[in-house]
Amino acid sequence: MAVVEENPGYKWVGTRPIRPDGLEKVTGKAQFGADLMLPGMLFGKVVRSPHAHARIISIDTTAAEAMVGVKAVITGSDFPDLAANGAHPSEIDVANNTIAREKVLYEGHVVAAVAATTRDQAEAAAKAVEVTYEILPHVLTVDEAMADDAPLLHEGMITKGVDPAPEEASNVASKILHERGDLDQGFGEADAVVEREFTTKPVHQGYIEPHAAVADANSDGRAHIWCSSQGHFQMRAYSASVLGISPGMLKVTAAEIGGGFGGKTVIYLEPLAVRLSQRAGRPVKLVMDRDEVFRATGPTSGTRIKVKMGVSKDGKITAAEVWMAYEAGAYAGSPVGAAGMTAIACYDIPNFVVEGYDVVCNKPRVAAYRAPGAPMAAFAVESVLDELARDIGMDPIEIRLANAAVEGTQASYGPKFPRIGFVETLEAIKDHPNYTAELGPNQGRGIAAGFWFNAGMMSSATVHINENGTATVVTGSPDIGGSRQSMALMAAEELGIPYESIKAVVADTETVGFNDVTGGSRVTLATGAAVVDACRLIVEDLRARAAKTWDVELDQVEWVDGQAQHAEGAQPPLSLKDLAAKSGRTGGPISANASLNSRGVGAGFSTQLCDVEVDPETGVTRVVRYLTAQDAGRAISPDYVEGQMQGGVVQGIGWALSEEYIHDSDGVMENPGFLDYRIPVASDLPMIDCAIVEVPNPAHPYGVRGVGEVGIVPPMAAVGNAINDALDVRMTDLPMSPVKILEALNDQGD
Amino acid sequence: MARTHVTTVVNGDETEFLTEDSTSLLNALRDEVGLTGAKEGCGTGDCGACSVMVDDKVTCACLVFAPEVDGSTILTVEGLADSGELHPLQQCFLEGAALQCGICTPGFLISAKALLDRNPDPTETEIRYALAGNLCRCTGYDKIIRAVQEAAREMRGQ
Repeated sequence: MAVVEENPGYKWVGTRPIRPDGLEKVTGKAQFGADLMLPGMLFGKVVRSPHAHARIISIDTTAAEAMVGVKAVITGSDFPDLAANGAHPSEIDVANNTIAREKVLYEGHVVAAVAATTRDQAEAAAKAVEVTYEILPHVLTVDEAMADDAPLLHEGMITKGVDPAPEEASNVASKILHERGDLDQGFGEADAVVEREFTTKPVHQGYIEPHAAVADANSDGRAHIWCSSQGHFQMRAYSASVLGISPGMLKVTAAEIGGGFGGKTVIYLEPLAVRLSQRAGRPVKLVMDRDEVFRATGPTSGTRIKVKMGVSKDGKITAAEVWMAYEAGAYAGSPVGAAGMTAIACYDIPNFVVEGYDVVCNKPRVAAYRAPGAPMAAFAVESVLDELARDIGMDPIEIRLANAAVEGTQASYGPKFPRIGFVETLEAIKDHPNYTAELGPNQGRGIAAGFWFNAGMMSSATVHINENGTATVVTGSPDIGGSRQSMALMAAEELGIPYESIKAVVADTETVGFNDVTGGSRVTLATGAAVVDACRLIVEDLRARAAKTWDVELDQVEWVDGQAQHAEGAQPPLSLKDLAAKSGRTGGPISANASLNSRGVGAGFSTQLCDVEVDPETGVTRVVRYLTAQDAGRAISPDYVEGQMQGGVVQGIGWALSEEYIHDSDGVMENPGFLDYRIPVASDLPMIDCAIVEVPNPAHPYGVRGVGEVGIVPPMAAVGNAINDALDVRMTDLPMSPVKILEALNDQGD
Repeated sequence: MARTHVTTVVNGDETEFLTEDSTSLLNALRDEVGLTGAKEGCGTGDCGACSVMVDDKVTCACLVFAPEVDGSTILTVEGLADSGELHPLQQCFLEGAALQCGICTPGFLISAKALLDRNPDPTETEIRYALAGNLCRCTGYDKIIRAVQEAAREMRGQ
């Protein structure tokens, strides 16, 4: 492990105890979204469009409503017309994606929902809803959607970000542009130039838990929702908007969440469950089948990306030109904006143009997926950089070191970087035995790097000291990968009491202050900072109580190792336990709240080293060795930092080698299950070696940077570069499946 | 509608329930017996989150009709611990941080137990193939494989 800065004597931060929620999860007690049963609860089922693009002529629910056990049937007309109410266009899109009104825009788009006393009755009733469609021509890719005569998804959509604004509507929702310097001059100074075009398919977040929601509505308009999401405050806001009610009418309880990776930051089922519950007067549970998850949630964009880059003989990048088009699915909002900002952010490049397009098409609306937008752009840029290094005969680490962004570099997206650890990740790879491990026949080695901003946003936390001196830490950030452990470790460090004396919990929307979503790698950073703030308020309070007890000035009291100590040792120390026992006589209960806008996000960098073996007979690629080096700032909980690094890498390996959405010519998904949408399984993989780099984020009390996302940015290029090293074929279309590798080998032979 | 009466032993207790003939064992366990430890990740036998032991054989509970288990003995994740004492696999998963979200964990524990019951000293490759029917999207499997290796060592008394 490459620790760049020594751990400054922390007792709990950086240790590996058992996570607070672990026992429930290994004994089957943990309650996930689909696990809740309420008395009188009904089962719901959603009716989905079989067509990629169609006008809804009529929906006849009479037969369904008449069936045994059916208690409610709803359609788009059961929800308010947000456009008529003057809502923001993004809210209207969320509402229309939740349940279609005039048109369906992708196969799987919701048109109706039912609730009945049993699962079987609900399924039968869903099949009995009769929808008449007028099928419309569809577009499935950015190429089809951007063609001159393409059928339009949204008839009034004028491309944003173009000056002057186009007069005609198109499927291009917006354009982004970043530029600096003089491209012609930059390419003129280059000794080697490489230009390549890359394509990637939509891929799904692939969380193992399908979306689930239970709603229990009261006749006064209030409702309680239990759902597995990455942000129950966000679910409350979106649901209230779609239902046309005040957020305060909804209470949302976060169930344990069975994976999200960005895909559970948006709503699908919650408002439907509430409306069904209102109509039926009983609680309703809605759970998606796996094929619904694939057809109607997530994924992230399919893309087309062109990259041209030039380098001088000494390895300096002189110019970069990047053009990218990202599928948004049915509604505007692909992650092309983030892609444009991250594409070349690892490097200090004097001359560049990065141009991107957000393009709608008749596929499910894309949702965030781990470092949204960045991985596809990195696949393109890091592949080209690898080729440039080969052209000038330079080591792939050295060419990256020669151009690496450091503290003070003006990032390609604008601001100057504060202290960052990109160089340290490159050096950690170089220092690792994997870098010089011997390669066998048909094996190759690839390197790639990646950048992700990480997010800050808003968080709240409450800390209660119990009467025996133990503590409860309450946050509103759903724990998706072990964050309750990070909260408890930081609280233990601040309060000076054992980790085991702290219980960290996630509270509902009525029990803790507002928290933004668990996303953007922000929870340990921002919610953690709120926990630290709250603990520091507690310590101030405890010092004041000790000063009062001893009848001394506050500055005579220090808080050391979980106890108040008199500065001159004139009084025996008062432990947290002592002070808790006396709380009734020293001012009442001991608790504190902290709410904040994150004070400073730490940019995340990852460099990865991949060894593959490719069978030239079958084209099958096997990853035989993998190393990921990532700057965590400070690893509060090293077990779960490694977990994030390893998980991101393996999702990236799946993206590189086997995962893709396959649609037929009618726009129907052909592989909506884990048999045909192949995510990596245990037997596909080696161990994933981790080098945690710690270059502290100056803006966080413990130096934390977000760690959740950047790990998925480099793998596709690392794998592709390794395949190239093994076989001398440059793969430019994901996934790099056996058939494509064989084709590339055949082309090479021609 | 007539329902079928099923008699089983679940986690050591004689258990009876009524079920539709078309109901899966998974839904019967979850809805009728009230054991929600086994999860539905796919409903098609591809993800292993619903893994349970039926008469000592690892089974995807989503692929079995509930009436088929009449007379059988079933073990779910809720039955792994012995009077509150965790099974070594459960303990090693906790200590080795072999779970993140935890949705796949019950299935992995059952599949790993089945492996160690028949092969107390598996190689890494044997573990990887024995668990290839259980999908995990969070961990990349590294810490899961290590936890199973550690549990195997402990169970062999090493």
